[in-house]
Amino acid sequence: MNVKEFNPLIEIKNLKVIRGGTLILNVPSFSVREGEVLSLIGPNGAGKTTFLQTLSYIAKPFQGEIHFRGKRVEKDHSVLEYRRKLAMVFQEPLLFDTTVFNNVAAGLKIRGVKKREIRERVMKQLERLGISRLIDRSAKTLSGGEAQRTSLARAFALEPEILLLDEPFISLDPPTRDSLIEDFELILKKTKTTVILATHDRLEALRLSTQMAVMNEGRIIQAGLPEELMNQPVSEWVASFVGVETILSGEVVKQNGGTIIVSIEGQEIEAIGDCRLGESVILCIRPENVTLSTHNHHEKTVTGNVFPGRIVKAIPLGFYQKVHLNCGFPLVAYVTNPSLEELSSGKEKEIRASFKATAVNIVKKELY
Amino acid sequence: MDLIFEGIKKAFWLLVTFDPEVMHITFLSLRVSGTATLISLLIGVSIGTAVALSRFPGKRVVASLINTGMGLPPVVVGLFVTILLWRNGPLGLLEILYTPTAMIIAQTIIATPIVMGITLAAIQQLPQKLRLQILGLGATRLQMVWILLREAKLPLLAAVMAGFGGVISEVGASIMVGGNIKGYSRVLTTATVMETNRGNFDIAIAMGIILMLFTFFVNLILTQIQQRERPR
Repeated sequence: MNVKEFNPLIEIKNLKVIRGGTLILNVPSFSVREGEVLSLIGPNGAGKTTFLQTLSYIAKPFQGEIHFRGKRVEKDHSVLEYRRKLAMVFQEPLLFDTTVFNNVAAGLKIRGVKKREIRERVMKQLERLGISRLIDRSAKTLSGGEAQRTSLARAFALEPEILLLDEPFISLDPPTRDSLIEDFELILKKTKTTVILATHDRLEALRLSTQMAVMNEGRIIQAGLPEELMNQPVSEWVASFVGVETILSGEVVKQNGGTIIVSIEGQEIEAIGDCRLGESVILCIRPENVTLSTHNHHEKTVTGNVFPGRIVKAIPLGFYQKVHLNCGFPLVAYVTNPSLEELSSGKEKEIRASFKATAVNIVKKELY
Repeated sequence: MDLIFEGIKKAFWLLVTFDPEVMHITFLSLRVSGTATLISLLIGVSIGTAVALSRFPGKRVVASLINTGMGLPPVVVGLFVTILLWRNGPLGLLEILYTPTAMIIAQTIIATPIVMGITLAAIQQLPQKLRLQILGLGATRLQMVWILLREAKLPLLAAVMAGFGGVISEVGASIMVGGNIKGYSRVLTTATVMETNRGNFDIAIAMGIILMLFTFFVNLILTQIQQRERPR
């Protein structure tokens, strides 16, 4: 690794936004390195939009400093110079009332780029996003997916140093959305554009990002690699937001090297972690890490935790079902439709739930 | 019935022979109302846009004042401008009462709130986020305003039509500040009023027809532009 990769492209210091007397955004420090795709995830109203708009200097006023390539905006760069290094895409396509070509060319015209170059760059992006055939169509006549593709092409045509996206796929229907995300992913791989993507869809975030940050109530609660966030959520709130369905509180009753035993409503769960004896902890278990089998199945070498339980309810989610179990404590698992059929067809209603000790994430209560 | 028929016949004759007096009146109407519309566009569009885009306390009051101005009675404007330009009035020194210039001033005052009100509404009805998107594409503030105005071009054309339509057909102010002086400040509307009073229905009808043709053609051209811009 060279030094350049460690230098952040954008660095933020003590960013605060106050609207109507309330602090709605408070980010003491935040940075994005070149080539990263960072997802900002959080529920509606978490401050993702405010953050992106403040970061791009289109919503003012705010307190704090924004540094771009180590130079402070407003001091070393003019705001306009800085804004012209970014491109922004919103949830709505927000196209201009003109042709697709003129829309994609808009940002380039604003920058006074030569006509021939505009044409070249526009054509390239239309091609990339698969909308070349729409070039002379009026933007008003486009479908939702076509419009959002045009909006993305308009941003990519600027060849921005950083691309800011605010829930760009949310208003599209699932097939349109999937195909656009797929194309978008390919373009990112090819162009290596640095991206900050605000979304409340954690699957979309997982799929696209190299870094993730969880926001709530105007703050960044946790930032890091996607697997860090998924597997080591710093708080119960992060855990529930990133999709850990089973959250149990208990007490450490045994401690042996790196392994601990946590007592939860009389049951003992094995987990890996460094905790004191008697410490209160929260255990998070992701549903995809829980395996279900019937009692009479030949028992394989299951490491860690095996609990008998009953199915309380099953919620269909397309190809699989979300199964709520009672094992003395509540547990949630994902099971495919055929497997569930097999599980419920057995004479005995009692089934066996197992998960590895490494699949249990420990959240210390003092941390939040 | 005979009166109307004779009137139309005479009117037609005046039109096809390009009667010099009728032509002069027509030309002056066009010049006065056209100039007034242009000036009101400059003032109305810029102030309307500024009000629409800025945030300040009392914005609603300003907006409702502008909207009230859209229905300003021409005779009140006429009265006001007359007092201003009266020999010993505040602007009496200019000595422009009973001149086409005075008429342009009065008509500008009538048309400006109309243009301003429509501009205000047109800019405000654009999506709020469009401004952010334009800035997000690297526009300066001036570029953003220009793009917004282009986005609102259809309602802005309506503003031109409404402004021009309002002043070309207006009579109260023109007669008060222009004086309806033959060959100097007589326009289509003031001439129609006068000839009707005198019982010269033929000339009055001719004037009426020209006035209507005018409004029709100007609006036809603007509507053509407006409809062409509509997405197919």
